[in-house]
Amino acid sequence: MTNSIEELEYTDLILATGTNTTENHPVISSFVKRGVRQQGVKLIVIDPREIDLVKYADIWLCQKPGTDVAVFNGLMNVIISEDLYAKDYVAERTENFDALKETVAKYTPEYVEKISGVPAENLKKAARMYAQANRASIIYAMGITQHITGTDNVKSIANLSMLCGNIGIEGGGVNPLRGQNNVQGACDMGGLPNVYPAYQQVATEDARKKFEAAWGSKLSAKPGLTLMEMMAAAGKGDVKALYIMGENPLLSDPDLKHVEKELRNLDLLVVQDIFPTETTQLADVVLPAASFAEKEGTFTNTERRVQRVRKIVDAPGEAKTDWEIISALSAKMGYPMQYASAKEIFDEVIKVTPSYAGMTYERLEKEGLQWPCPTSDHPGTKFLHKDRFSRGLGLFHAIEYIPPAEWPDKEYPLFLSTGRVLYHYHTGTMTTRAEGPSERCPESLVEINPLDAEKLGISDGQMVKLTSRRGSVQAKAQITQKSVPGTIFMNFHFAEAAVNLLTNPALDPVGKIPELKVCAVKLEAA
Amino acid sequence: MEKKRVPLTIDGKDVEAKAGQTILECARENGIFIPTLCHYEKTTNVGACRVCVVEVENARSLVASCCMPVSPGMIVRTNTEAVRSAQKMIVELLWSSGDHNCLTCEQNGACELQNLVYWLKIDKPRFEIEPPGYAIEDNNTMIQRDLNKCVLCGRCVRACNEIQVNEVLDFSMRGSRAKVGPAFDADYINSSCVFCGECLQVCPVGAITFKQAKFAGRPWELSKTRTTCTYCGVGCQMDVFTKDGKIIKISGNRDYGKPNEGSLCVKGRFGMDFIQHPDRLKKPLLRRNKNEELKEVSWDEATSFIAEKLAAIKKTGGADSIAGLASARCTNEENYLFQKFMRAVIGTNNVDHCARL
Ligand code: SF4
Ligand code: SF4
Ligand code: SF4
Ligand code: FES
Repeated sequence: MTNSIEELEYTDLILATGTNTTENHPVISSFVKRGVRQQGVKLIVIDPREIDLVKYADIWLCQKPGTDVAVFNGLMNVIISEDLYAKDYVAERTENFDALKETVAKYTPEYVEKISGVPAENLKKAARMYAQANRASIIYAMGITQHITGTDNVKSIANLSMLCGNIGIEGGGVNPLRGQNNVQGACDMGGLPNVYPAYQQVATEDARKKFEAAWGSKLSAKPGLTLMEMMAAAGKGDVKALYIMGENPLLSDPDLKHVEKELRNLDLLVVQDIFPTETTQLADVVLPAASFAEKEGTFTNTERRVQRVRKIVDAPGEAKTDWEIISALSAKMGYPMQYASAKEIFDEVIKVTPSYAGMTYERLEKEGLQWPCPTSDHPGTKFLHKDRFSRGLGLFHAIEYIPPAEWPDKEYPLFLSTGRVLYHYHTGTMTTRAEGPSERCPESLVEINPLDAEKLGISDGQMVKLTSRRGSVQAKAQITQKSVPGTIFMNFHFAEAAVNLLTNPALDPVGKIPELKVCAVKLEAA
Repeated sequence: MEKKRVPLTIDGKDVEAKAGQTILECARENGIFIPTLCHYEKTTNVGACRVCVVEVENARSLVASCCMPVSPGMIVRTNTEAVRSAQKMIVELLWSSGDHNCLTCEQNGACELQNLVYWLKIDKPRFEIEPPGYAIEDNNTMIQRDLNKCVLCGRCVRACNEIQVNEVLDFSMRGSRAKVGPAFDADYINSSCVFCGECLQVCPVGAITFKQAKFAGRPWELSKTRTTCTYCGVGCQMDVFTKDGKIIKISGNRDYGKPNEGSLCVKGRFGMDFIQHPDRLKKPLLRRNKNEELKEVSWDEATSFIAEKLAAIKKTGGADSIAGLASARCTNEENYLFQKFMRAVIGTNNVDHCARL
């Protein structure tokens, strides 16, 4: 997030898009809902499902899945043509406005209505509301990024926010809500193929030299493979060994059948996890890891806040913390890593990670710090880009709408979208072993609108079969208004009805994110 | 801008309040104790229980300090005979109108009503004890409700509506037949309740309790450790309570401030059974050939096998034939070490994680 969670409660307007906040980030949704109910914050929801937040919204734009760029261009079209944009801000802090203006010119509300199904009048209303707010925050999540146009979607959001002068102010910003507890930290720490900690490029010599010196080792200048590329390379035999720490790609990846074949093709698959999973079943070596409750360390939350994790109980059996396992393995490979505690690792982290440089465990004891926190007396950073963008001027991207890779047709007439539900988390290995959440949500459900259900002769609770070009799964139908006609929804938490047997692995060319949020399916009684 | 200061006297002590502050807030800031029950910070002051009454000179009757704003020159007394006797009356009424049998109550030792009774030195209520006789709500595995212990403070209602804004709870009826709960007197499980447990956390008595913690440990037997939730990216701060190495329950804690200000959701509060679940992996497992079953081995054997295999693969296929997935679930320290291992020890930048999924 460029900004902080607390700001959501007292900004002037929130635009929530592609985020089912009440289920995926429940506590953040309370800030939003308090803002709306108690502080007069306006709320615009842009989402293809009638999620709970719609109940709190001033206006809901229900677009067809995957038509987000068209909708954002439409909003900007109205804002520019009605002269509602932040002219001083655009002039002083941004560049390439003319290209944006030219591109969005053709996205009139009427044209956008044809693409997205969003009524022109509603689009105009929302555009005016957004532009007229003094400070407006945009929150979004996987509903924006898990598309072949995921990168375009994110850029469009940034365009809209800059156009109205909302980046670099308190209460504004573009705010991705991270789904997993430490996605932010995993990225910050260089758990990415092209960067070292703090996003220092592996391909630049300065950065490489710095890390070579710090680690006493020759480093490769060639950016590595992304997850989806690793899988493909494993299939082809180019990658022969895969070491997985605490992930279960065999339930979370699109097009599962393929992933399984690719993983089976490896010479060595090492999986380190807290539970047996679909992925550990294929492993050559399974290493028992300690859970978060059994170790010291830090997580970085979605607002860049680094917070302490503390040891509460002992790990079961012989399970070890992930850092102890890595150290042991490293020693066996002739590179001893001698850390006595997580704190010692953190002390090394801050030496090579400028945005964390001012943090220590002592400082984090009472309350977490938000990066950048470059020095030991720096209070941390509540919102980014205050006086300038990292690159200097904010760059507008002129982006054309591209339809999703799959669109419903005669054979597969329905949109399928996937995601999480309140009671479960990711691939379900943890929450399906928790009594309470499992009681509330014991199985995967296919959420379908009453109209579609009636047309197909499906009743509530009936077993149905969902089929896409890649496979089929069976689950119970849940008839609900949350799904709009023509679009069904299924969560990906359960191995028994793994929706990712259906989803489309088509990738965003830049972000390499698969299009999990849109594919075409047919539904029938099972 | 500095707000105007208001001078007043509490218990003979000259103090200054900020304009708009209540008597209670001002007293607390100055270290003067006034008991409360229905008051809950950052929610509406409703003045329901009147446990917080004080004497204000020239006022016609005792006033509820949680609702009364200060005014200049006010003379407040918190500990007079009249105040204490009113407080006793209120607390005795509350006691006698419920089933406050501390012997079997989970809140015993952490109960605000119990504390009030003790603090006011009440031996026994002067009224006959007449609990309403509600059935205990025990049809879900997370939250148990025993409204026979409810003191109608309304904190749960405000927590649900004003803090979490889930808008599930309300009062049905008023007066002596008043009751708190979801609409149409439904049980939680049959309502729109999302089991965030905020109501449980704010309830001052044993009316709403943590089901799994029942009979698992007395409040004073538990040790608590603060940590960060392992589920979503909010990173809620929470207290984990344990007894003899076993996790008993989880609670939010307002003292920890950001980012969650004491709130949690169902996953954070009730989703932690997995930690001590019997399915946990406990020993390294290895198969030396693809067609074998996984067998338990020692750490030394497992890591030696991996190290030899990796070295051999690196030798024949080069470092880039090895790849690794870090984890959005592990700590920063572990992710740092993992990518350092891949880059400095293996020699490849083939490191990613499931952030995109
Ligand atoms: S658990 Fe949460 S949603 Fe349910 S009644 Fe209590 S406060 Fe409301
Ligand atoms: S259930 Fe608890 S919090 Fe709710 S009104 Fe009764 S005593 Fe107060
Ligand atoms: S308690 Fe809920 S909202 Fe808070 S971090 Fe955990 S999962 Fe997220
Ligand atoms: S605490 Fe003041 S009226 Fe209840």
